[in-house]
Amino acid sequence: MRKPRLLYVPFWATYVFLYTPIVVLVVMSFNAGKSPYSFDGLSLKWYGKLAGNATVAEGLVNTLIVAAGSTVLATVLGTLLAVGLARYSKSRLLDGLGVLPAVLPDLVLAIGLLVFYAMVKMTLGLHSVLLAHTVFGMAFVTAVVRTRLTHTDTSLEEASRDLGATPLTTFLRVTLPQLMPGIAAGAMLAFTLSIDEFVIAFFTAAPTTPTLPIVIYSMVRFGVTPEINALATLLLAVSFTVVIVAQRMTRLTESLS
Amino acid sequence: MSRARYTRRLPAAALVAGLALAVSACGGGSTDTAAAPAASASSAQLDPNMDLSKQSLTISVWPGYTPEDLPKRVKDKLKTELKVTLHDTNEIIMGKLTTGADTGLDVAFVSGQYAQALNEAGLLEPLHPELIPNLANLYPEAKELSYDKGNVFSVPYTWGTTGICYRTDLVKTPPTSWNDILSPPDEAKKKVTMMTTERWLALPAVKALGLSVNTKSDEDLDKVKAKLIEAKPSLLRYDDVDFGKRLVSGEAVMAEAWDGWCPTSEKNIEFVVPKEGSDLWVDTMVVLKSSKNKEAAHAFVNFILDPEIHGWAAQNILYKVPNKAAMDALPAELKEKNKPLQMSPAQLLEGESIIDLGEDSTKFTRLATEVQAAK
Amino acid sequence: MTSSTVSGATAKQRSRRSRVLGRLAFLSPGLTYLIVLMLIPLALIISYAFFRRGRFGGVVYELTGENFTRLIDPIYLDVVLDSLKLATAATLIALLVGYPTAYLIAQLPARWKTIALIAIVMPFWTNFLIRIYAWIVLLSGPGLVNTVLGKLGLGPFEFLYNQGTIVTGLVYSYLPLMVLPLYAAIEKLDPQLREASANLGARPARTFASVTLPLTLPGVITGCMFVFVPSFGNFVIPELLGGGRSIMVGNLIRDQFLKARDWPFGSALTLALLAVLIVLLLVQAWSARRA
Repeated sequence: MRKPRLLYVPFWATYVFLYTPIVVLVVMSFNAGKSPYSFDGLSLKWYGKLAGNATVAEGLVNTLIVAAGSTVLATVLGTLLAVGLARYSKSRLLDGLGVLPAVLPDLVLAIGLLVFYAMVKMTLGLHSVLLAHTVFGMAFVTAVVRTRLTHTDTSLEEASRDLGATPLTTFLRVTLPQLMPGIAAGAMLAFTLSIDEFVIAFFTAAPTTPTLPIVIYSMVRFGVTPEINALATLLLAVSFTVVIVAQRMTRLTESLS
Repeated sequence: MSRARYTRRLPAAALVAGLALAVSACGGGSTDTAAAPAASASSAQLDPNMDLSKQSLTISVWPGYTPEDLPKRVKDKLKTELKVTLHDTNEIIMGKLTTGADTGLDVAFVSGQYAQALNEAGLLEPLHPELIPNLANLYPEAKELSYDKGNVFSVPYTWGTTGICYRTDLVKTPPTSWNDILSPPDEAKKKVTMMTTERWLALPAVKALGLSVNTKSDEDLDKVKAKLIEAKPSLLRYDDVDFGKRLVSGEAVMAEAWDGWCPTSEKNIEFVVPKEGSDLWVDTMVVLKSSKNKEAAHAFVNFILDPEIHGWAAQNILYKVPNKAAMDALPAELKEKNKPLQMSPAQLLEGESIIDLGEDSTKFTRLATEVQAAK
Repeated sequence: MTSSTVSGATAKQRSRRSRVLGRLAFLSPGLTYLIVLMLIPLALIISYAFFRRGRFGGVVYELTGENFTRLIDPIYLDVVLDSLKLATAATLIALLVGYPTAYLIAQLPARWKTIALIAIVMPFWTNFLIRIYAWIVLLSGPGLVNTVLGKLGLGPFEFLYNQGTIVTGLVYSYLPLMVLPLYAAIEKLDPQLREASANLGARPARTFASVTLPLTLPGVITGCMFVFVPSFGNFVIPELLGGGRSIMVGNLIRDQFLKARDWPFGSALTLALLAVLIVLLLVQAWSARRA
């Protein structure tokens, strides 16, 4: 197939545009000097400083707690809802409700929850962020699991029911195992989204329990400390490793099956 | 999610949103949050012999405003676990404290007029002076500040005034008036920063127009607003935090600045209080009514007023502290290098003290919103 | 005979009962959660827009239309219109850059295709705020771009803190969300269609306009929505890259809740934002049905 040469200009422009800032961050993270604007020799000192930064460490722990908790909750609720919507409901309104949190701008959900928490006089903390993250996490789990459900064979469930199994048994023994890949994918999505989520956490966290994105936000606002570059590089390295490992694993499972 | 599925869902999503609109139209009678003022200013019974190791404290303060090892110092002295959380601006911490949701904070650092507002909202614990013997270290002037005469609900931590911080090498004639920052000379166009926190956002125009910082007149505030919007095109940006760094790097050449945060110890940077006069601001410590560790909170406030700890603030954030013993102990060399530290309490009191304006304080909030929204 | 009817009836009853139980067990937990933590909060925002502000935040339950009259004050209306403008500009730029990119990715050999796609998504996996911060480092007065330009004898320029920087930041943050749906739509195209068009003597531009583009239009619309929606309600990018001088409706909303403590006006602004998005969703649904 002929590829028009001219198209290569925006193609490469896209990648240069996406990666220039990231390359700058990574290079500057090894900068010996403090100025973010000039490179004064190689050094690992900002990594050392970052390792000793208790606020960042605390933010990281908070983020992981929120992400893990909301993922569990979102996965359970989302899976049930997906099955319920596919098997026990024909309502398009309910379908829409299930995906609404994913379509709603984060700012709207954030202030809605802030107002709601204030109204019920809830003490803010990690739990308030966790409950909030579950709302959109659940929408993504529901969507992914529903897609999976449309590809599963309903005749197996019918057979199970005809053989006298209770709905619970049918769900646990027949439906759930078939859905597992979808559930795992949905859970991973919910976890990833929660880890990076800033706006909702910013509104619903107590000042005493900042998540990592909130910590990063104050670091960015208060400028210009090279520790941010080191943190960015580490986050990149972690995501990169995860992507590679995930790639390898899918290729492995593909070659096994 | 497949495309067909996605597009099929969107109309349904829109429908639900519509439903929500309809539902709320009939379901809007819920209860209020923090708007109810305190029923009474009754203060809790505190036990002066409390075992403070059984209490733990969480405070919220501006970044860099207390020593980094403060938790350790507090632990050593009071046996209390201390957790320090940060807020960027008064407005952010006010937003969190007034939502009505419990924040888990014991002590907060806020400016005087905000302390006054928090007290009116019934959110502050009236102080127990018998638990803060170090109040005796304060200058007499610091006990008669107009937002809280007699330190009923707040203790001053730092005080100072607002002026213009500028690069002597990059502006041709040194600024002397607020008008110099509102309509800067050509070399400073687009290289000026001003503050965003409501009262200080208004301050340059308020003073340039010869008004009181506590004006409530709509007519005055309209003039202030017009003047501030007129000044917008020559701004680099609004900045309450980083103007010092920007002046050092040369990104900005003139900034509306709190005295201590003007890095006058750097070469070519000076601070001036414009001839039209300025404000007297005070940053205070308050104990929250919702605190469950009030004994430890008082002990903490008392600990901060210790000349050694309080002096840390003067030596490191370079803000004046209203603590005579701490100020007297400052090294002469430090005062020489950082001229704003030389102002006496009497000179400070020449500035007009900012107080909360009650119902009318929202006028300044609205002014700040509209100035920032304007083009 | 009779016994079989009886057992038939009970079977039917049992199946109905199990449907009701199923509904209860599967649908109610999730729906309850969504009602409590999404619909009620949404309903609260909507109703707050009709009340008066409390001095210390919260609301006073006194009906008023003043939040909406304030909304059409030119000062605020301008911000809403500006946000529309900036989000539209970001969407169009992302489309113009993203379409050729997605098109080329779809033509790559399978192995490179995966790598090219991962490379599009990768930036998404670092923290969003840090990526914005990188732009400050690049564009600020003493920053890298000015240093390079300085070596060429140009500048320095003030790139930061204007609407152009905001659009750059928006495109940068959401470009991957444009490329992915476009890629999915282009990938599905049957290459024979284009060949047929070419064989019939159509020029490449004509083929693109009358075959490729219409067939990928659903992807175009999805991509545009994915970029527009988060751009329109953004407050972080205008704050960090706009310096508080140029703001968007997201900043106004944020400030009403976290700084000005004027919840009712913030709610009214939120309704304006939602109204724009609902209109767009309806337009999208309508055009999808026609496609």
